[in-house]
Amino acid sequence: MIPLSYYLVLSGILFACGVLGFLIKRNIITIFMSIELMLNGVNLSFVAFAAHWHALSGQVFVFFVMVVAAAEAAVGLAIIIAVYRTRETLNVDQVNLLKL
Amino acid sequence: MLTLALFLFFGAVCVAGAVNLLVQSHPINSALSLIVVMASLAAEYLLLGAEFVAAVQVIVYAGAIMVLFLITIMLLNAGKEERTKGSRVATLLGVPGVVIGGVLVAWTLIHRSDMGNVAIGALPGDPKAIARLLFHEFLLPFEVTSVLILIAIMGAVVLASRPEAIARPHPGVPATQEERKLVAVGKGRS
Repeated sequence: MIPLSYYLVLSGILFACGVLGFLIKRNIITIFMSIELMLNGVNLSFVAFAAHWHALSGQVFVFFVMVVAAAEAAVGLAIIIAVYRTRETLNVDQVNLLKL
Repeated sequence: MLTLALFLFFGAVCVAGAVNLLVQSHPINSALSLIVVMASLAAEYLLLGAEFVAAVQVIVYAGAIMVLFLITIMLLNAGKEERTKGSRVATLLGVPGVVIGGVLVAWTLIHRSDMGNVAIGALPGDPKAIARLLFHEFLLPFEVTSVLILIAIMGAVVLASRPEAIARPHPGVPATQEERKLVAVGKGRS
């Protein structure tokens, strides 16, 4: 028997790590990975609440989150490739112009 | 008791991977520690009885999505990230803010003792039950996500393809010698 709050705390820690990475990282790919980390933290709380309330829809929602994450990763990485092709840098501080 | 020990072990591995993602400066190391986070999260899902979610977590997240990340890192030959003034300001403001917020959330959650416990395997998430739910009650969202994936595929292909591969509004030869050279190396205007 594990208290539900432990799962929520773990998911909160993962989400906080994702937020922190989003703030302090300067590599655009690592920032993207921090977003995935936040999505994973949310997924854990979905599954924990599904087990707590005996509702399977929580686990189904995890699949939708995964689908959105996969679509986001595909489009986001394509955008990163396009950005790198025009600017030749991955540092977000140097990507500050909408149009070259 | 054993389940609590397993939870604490995999939770510690998870948090260690997440922290390692933050402190590593090379994107490849960050991606590999993110794989560690996802694998240990799959173990946590198994502890909760969500077997199918755990399998999908390993296959889709740790497999497909992370391979996409690693291929992009290798394709762009991403090196160490350089620290700048903006990153120092973000560190000074962001770290205390996130730590305070996280401690507040954790303190609130731990002191709410009426939330109850979760038994191991409390809700067996076998594929049959999930499929019944997914294809009956959530049929419309399921179909909408297929449209989303189709749009994502088209977007990724259009964005990542070389500019001259996309149909341009004004077809014709590049105007200047300089532009012709840029088009030849794939950096010309679309």
